[in-house]
Amino acid sequence: MRLITGNDLATGDVVWWTGTDWSRHVEQAADAGERAEAIAREEEAARRVNVPYVIAATATADGPRPAHIKDRIRALGPTVRPDLTLKPADPAAGSWVI
Amino acid sequence: MAEEAAYLHFRDDSPHEEPAVTLDSFLADQSNATAVRVEPGDEARALIPHLDRLALIEVSFPSFRDGRGYSTARILREAGYRGELRAEGDVLVDQIPLMRRCGFDSFAPAAPIDAAVLQRSLARYPQPYQKAADGAVPVWKLRHG
Amino acid sequence: MYRYDEYDQSIVDARVDEFRDQVRRRLAGEITEDQFKPLRLMNGLYLQLHAYMLRVAVPYGTLDSRQMRMLAHVARTYDRGYGHFTTRQNIQYNWIRLDQAPDILAELATVEMHAIQTSGNCIRNISSDQYAGAAADEVADPRPWAELIRQWSTFHPEFTYLPRKFKIAVIAAEEDRAAMRLHDIGIRLTRRDGVLGATVFVGGGMGRTPMIAHEIRDFVTADDLMSYLEACLRVYNRYGRRDNIYKARIKILLHEIGPDEYRRQVEEEFAKVKALGIDPPAAELARITAMFAPPAFDPAAAGDVADRSDPDFAVWLDQNVRAHRQPGYAIVNISLKPVGGIPGDASADQIDVMADLAQRYGFDELRVTHAQNIVLPHVRIADLKAVWSALVDAGLAEANLDLISDIIACPGLDYCSLANARSIPLAQKIGERFADPARQRDLGELKLKISGCINACGHHHAGHIGILGVDRKGTENFQLLLGGSGAEDVSLGRITGPGFDEDGVVDAIERVTDKYLEVRETGERFVDTYRRVGMTPFKEAIYG
Repeated sequence: MRLITGNDLATGDVVWWTGTDWSRHVEQAADAGERAEAIAREEEAARRVNVPYVIAATATADGPRPAHIKDRIRALGPTVRPDLTLKPADPAAGSWVI
Repeated sequence: MAEEAAYLHFRDDSPHEEPAVTLDSFLADQSNATAVRVEPGDEARALIPHLDRLALIEVSFPSFRDGRGYSTARILREAGYRGELRAEGDVLVDQIPLMRRCGFDSFAPAAPIDAAVLQRSLARYPQPYQKAADGAVPVWKLRHG
Repeated sequence: MYRYDEYDQSIVDARVDEFRDQVRRRLAGEITEDQFKPLRLMNGLYLQLHAYMLRVAVPYGTLDSRQMRMLAHVARTYDRGYGHFTTRQNIQYNWIRLDQAPDILAELATVEMHAIQTSGNCIRNISSDQYAGAAADEVADPRPWAELIRQWSTFHPEFTYLPRKFKIAVIAAEEDRAAMRLHDIGIRLTRRDGVLGATVFVGGGMGRTPMIAHEIRDFVTADDLMSYLEACLRVYNRYGRRDNIYKARIKILLHEIGPDEYRRQVEEEFAKVKALGIDPPAAELARITAMFAPPAFDPAAAGDVADRSDPDFAVWLDQNVRAHRQPGYAIVNISLKPVGGIPGDASADQIDVMADLAQRYGFDELRVTHAQNIVLPHVRIADLKAVWSALVDAGLAEANLDLISDIIACPGLDYCSLANARSIPLAQKIGERFADPARQRDLGELKLKISGCINACGHHHAGHIGILGVDRKGTENFQLLLGGSGAEDVSLGRITGPGFDEDGVVDAIERVTDKYLEVRETGERFVDTYRRVGMTPFKEAIYG
């Protein structure tokens, strides 16, 4: 599947395209398919996202898993500060990245 | 819609209208021209013997990231050029105060410049740290006279 | 310490106003990200993996307790309670909101701080010797010269769109504690016939093509320094490569035209620039120098001796405390490298503790080091025990200065959008493998430096042991280098051979240190042994 990710312009938060909007949670990311680049351009022009780009991901039971480690770290947070990730209560969350 | 600057000309005379010839043409066979265009990689010092005959030197900025034109401007002003020195091309509003300090007194930006933003930018810094090609008095001079 | 006058303050205040206007225009869509990027970068604002990152300048690494407390305040109020001290003696925050960045700059400006030129293709924060003003071996305090250069380079109209970033270091001792020869311009103050001047080195740097700077001018007096630097930069701005970002640093220009030709061009330009009258008068350097006068040391301290009865304290004294030129005083190094910790990170509370200690025991001065530690440069020997006790309570008393666990590491793939591999987890694993303090001390001075990509922010080329993280088909891979140094014995490390995974590189380091222990001669540091025996024995130990 093809995901669109970028950062919120004002806050800098990592966000994912859900098909209708942007979410901080990769679990809610939707396959943007062939229109991914066009959506990224339109959304950036409307300033609903900053510096969007399209990535490859695989669909899993737990939701989309970005193909590259860099995007998995973006999706979770720094592996060296579990307390600052999106899943601070889950000590095993970091293993999803590797 | 923000108001665009009517013109970006910081001289008492009006903008020179004659089309500029390239530096190579000027040096080769168009030495009668009064306006020359200098590209980033050109050797601006080749113009030094001819400065008093030129009314316009247009310095090209194909990309706002290419800062060679700033040195070009200073070199020409340091050599005594008094004519119109125009920055042309990908010139952004936030760059114009720096360009003014390097000696540019005319601007032909490819994209419109917001006049209000430019006015604020040009008035913002009360004094510079370093002496350059404009007349601004550097801080060290203010401190020590 | 340098203090702003009305001119300095008005310039920094104007910068806050300017950046607020630029952010407003970006949020309103008046400028594109492509146009905004160089503007925000010149104010140290990056867009990193998780958020915006703000890098705040600490000119030549010097700050006072009021400024240090402001850094803690920013960490608490606008970030997530911590900051990361960098190899350019700055601090950066990882979780900044763009819409709050102008407010942060406004707060910093109230304590004479800013983020000007902490990124971008311009002249960056001037770095210096963290022991300036305290070291016995310096010919003068280098910081007044660094301040002079800071002012000259701030919003320099000609050099704000250089081919690439430009880093300058100023030192004043033979011992190089600032990696001076690995800077675009390195300056070493020296005295000739009683006159203070600068030896100028140009064209050093790390990155993907590491090079050691060449001596370009053996002596420039303060009267000529700005003209000379202006000439150095002008030649670079005009002729440095702009066709390839990886070949745009001044070191490549020097490499391509040769140091002799570069020197000739600079001298030619200098002759012209010198006539422009751009050099500040001697009174300006004198004005700045007066602000760096030594603090009011107590002559009665001369007889002080530290009570070494607590063995932990004695170990810390031996490892982290260095001789001061003033009898009765010492230089305290505070390690930000606890075993298992994140190199260079400090919590807001720890930053406050260090500020308190500086105010109470250290003439209100702190330094940030390029090795990502903090220094209290002037502590009375009689106060060392109290300082140490407070550091113990704050988790800041790791006694590992210059040992294998005193690791320089870039933020790596945990934070940085340029990184290919994570640096911090590797630093943590190495720290844990060599956690035994006695074992570390037995290994002696061993500078280990980790970069998470070829840009070399973690100075891996200059590590006695260096590690470079690379991306190998989507997985993290680490190359090992041996024999680098950023000090006065400057050298560039060499790659041992094929790379390793994270655990593999820790094992390889251990085989290297074991080999060192086996073959070292009396008094030899690791890097000395490496230089004597060469790569082969280590290579055999690793891959054999």
